[in-house]
Amino acid sequence: MNVTDRMIGQLTSGEREAALVICGVTALAGAALGLVGRHDVVAWHGLLILLFAGGFGFLLMTRIGLPEPTGDRGTSYYDDPIKAGITLAMAWAVFGMFMGVWVAAQLAWPDLAFDGGWSTFGRLRPTHTTGVIFGFGGNALIATSFHVVQRTSRARLAGQISPWFVLLGYNLFCLLAVSGYLLGVTQSKEYAEAEWYADLWLVIVWVTYFILYLRTLARRREPHIYVANWYFMAFIVVVAILHIVNNLALPVSWGHAKSYTIWPGVQDAMVQWWYGHNAVAFFLTAGFLGMLYYYLPVRAERPIFSYRLSILSFWGITFFYMWAGSHHLHYTALPHWVQTLGMTFSVMLLVPSWASAGNALLTLNGAWHRVRDDATLRFMMAAAVFYGISTFEGSFLAIRPVNALSHYTDWTVGHVHAGALGWVALITFGSFYTLVPRLWKRERMYSAALVEVHFWLSIAGTLIYVFAMWNSGIIQGLMWRTYTEDGALAYSFVDSLVAMYPYYIARAFGGLLFLIGAIVGCYNMWMTVRAVPEATRRAADEPVAAAVPGE
Amino acid sequence: MPEFFHRKLERSAIGFVLAIIAAASVGGIVEIAPLFTIDETVEEAPDMRVYTPLELAGRNIYVREGCYACHSQMIRTLRDEVERYGPYSLAVESQYDRPMLWGSKRTGPDLARVGGKYSDFWHVAHLVNPRDVVPESNMPSYAFLARNRLRTDDLSGHLRAQQALGVPYTDEMIENAARDAYGQAAPDSAAAPGVGERYGPATTVSAFDGVATQLTEMDALVAYLQVLGRLTDAAYRNTAAPEEAPDPAE
Repeated sequence: MNVTDRMIGQLTSGEREAALVICGVTALAGAALGLVGRHDVVAWHGLLILLFAGGFGFLLMTRIGLPEPTGDRGTSYYDDPIKAGITLAMAWAVFGMFMGVWVAAQLAWPDLAFDGGWSTFGRLRPTHTTGVIFGFGGNALIATSFHVVQRTSRARLAGQISPWFVLLGYNLFCLLAVSGYLLGVTQSKEYAEAEWYADLWLVIVWVTYFILYLRTLARRREPHIYVANWYFMAFIVVVAILHIVNNLALPVSWGHAKSYTIWPGVQDAMVQWWYGHNAVAFFLTAGFLGMLYYYLPVRAERPIFSYRLSILSFWGITFFYMWAGSHHLHYTALPHWVQTLGMTFSVMLLVPSWASAGNALLTLNGAWHRVRDDATLRFMMAAAVFYGISTFEGSFLAIRPVNALSHYTDWTVGHVHAGALGWVALITFGSFYTLVPRLWKRERMYSAALVEVHFWLSIAGTLIYVFAMWNSGIIQGLMWRTYTEDGALAYSFVDSLVAMYPYYIARAFGGLLFLIGAIVGCYNMWMTVRAVPEATRRAADEPVAAAVPGE
Repeated sequence: MPEFFHRKLERSAIGFVLAIIAAASVGGIVEIAPLFTIDETVEEAPDMRVYTPLELAGRNIYVREGCYACHSQMIRTLRDEVERYGPYSLAVESQYDRPMLWGSKRTGPDLARVGGKYSDFWHVAHLVNPRDVVPESNMPSYAFLARNRLRTDDLSGHLRAQQALGVPYTDEMIENAARDAYGQAAPDSAAAPGVGERYGPATTVSAFDGVATQLTEMDALVAYLQVLGRLTDAAYRNTAAPEEAPDPAE
């Protein structure tokens, strides 16, 4: 019996039929989009939706006659979608990071492209950002949130099909987005490039996710909602608000990929960076803090240091972050008062951010010998340190005169990667190395030495990357504003570009190390599932007996 | 006491979600809503014209190719930027821009006022292979734009969507969109004079890519680049305005 048979065998025949109907309706919608838009590039996306939904429909159809599941499913956790989510996250990680290395190399060697629009920097760059943020990060968040909510609530997910719909639907969105950029379908709104029909689809998926999460929490056998779930809830709810508001747009027609945002000029700039900065806040921070608040105490076998600090940092982040987006628009045509508000709240944000980072590091007090010996826990420790560093840097860069130097330069890129590589990716790898053996019921990871190798490749890659971008960014910013003694600008723009090349090469190398680390991680996880013997059942594997960490 | 309150809140998922929505909504509402009501947010510029269909098509190519990833279109109110690129950007200059393309990174220079700075010929040579004109450049080659015919059958639809969102395109402009796109890049054709009539005599009519007989994506992109910063001269008039003494006659 293969994996697909086993997973579909978990569903009753009624559920299989319902899932088949969902696939059918989605495939029909894809066919309709392709037909209405047959003269436009959107037809390719109609075809993609048709094949994607049709493919899963076919899988279901060929297995519709499998025997009914036996036993009471309510007494076990629903882990199949989580396993698929981890697999997809790692696949997207390799894809997204490879695209990152490619575009980084293009900046140093611009001829590393094919003849044709699809392989230019402008089209590849969003495949990198979407691939790593939404493909890798999003799948990791969906998978870990499904795991955490079940374990901390001691309840099975409140649905048999909806977890699959959320996971696979979300990946369809990612596929539409990334393939769209290569075809030239983009809104050119940073981190929200996908066009209107993909955005609408994501709304459907996301609302399902929200309802599933709430219904699972409603089943909990614990009186209190554990802190990790606060963050996952904030992530789900606020990302929905941001996504809908920022992507309000009018399509040219129903059969046309192109749409025009309803927000004009300066208002669009404000909405875009309100979205953009809070995608950082609620996608790349809140969600991953949810991971941190569960997997770090579990791995360290220590309770969270302070419940009060958790409350302070949670509400601080939820309230302050939403004001901070305008610091992306210092000295622009955005009214000055909005810039000042953005700067002020960005500085205040340091308090809840460091409260979270401090809470994580103080949780490790008494477990430092584990940090020394266990690379998995060290991943999470390093993530908390990088979180502290990059939030400090973020508040610093949001101060207007600092921003005058740093904005438009590689310093911003370095800052983003200190957070994305150092914080987001490291906490994810640490969580996955904790989660994979437990989920597949293996005694341990295949190779502790390879986890160690991955750790040091990641740290080396991140440091090389960030130091290269700090240097290039500051040099660039200074060259743009340097005057000769006669009061003329000292450097042409091209002079500043020439000065960047050594750093662009170093950056591509740092990124390559990080990518190799991720590939090592994939191999290690694969071999864990394939080659490590099964562990004896643990009490925590059953809903009723499981304990909640941190309490 | 606050801890006790929070213990209660943690018992209700719905209550918790409502509290998150309340806490998270304030910042956006305070910062975004007034941008639509405070008049000074966007300056007056009565002379400002809309993009011609060809320029809009060029802008959509700029959007499609993701040029914003390396080029900003927002000159900040800093001395070195004004001296390098020209008068700082005003909000009114992007009032018809959907999306705005202010950008966040300058791997290449700012383009807010690149219009008219170089010849059409320079732009075409530069886009075909940037290193032919700027040997140190790391910009990709966009030679394929000169090979791609510009799609014009949907241009009326684009203008109509913009009109629905409040951009002042007239019905006549919508009706003639495809013809005007062709006319703007074919100076000797019968379609050329209509462009100036509808969009103003200052509109540039030129065989942008050097070939007047065929309308390519290169024509559209160069037409767009050449109009950047030239839809209104408000930025040139307005720079010192806040410091002026009040007029006693008023």
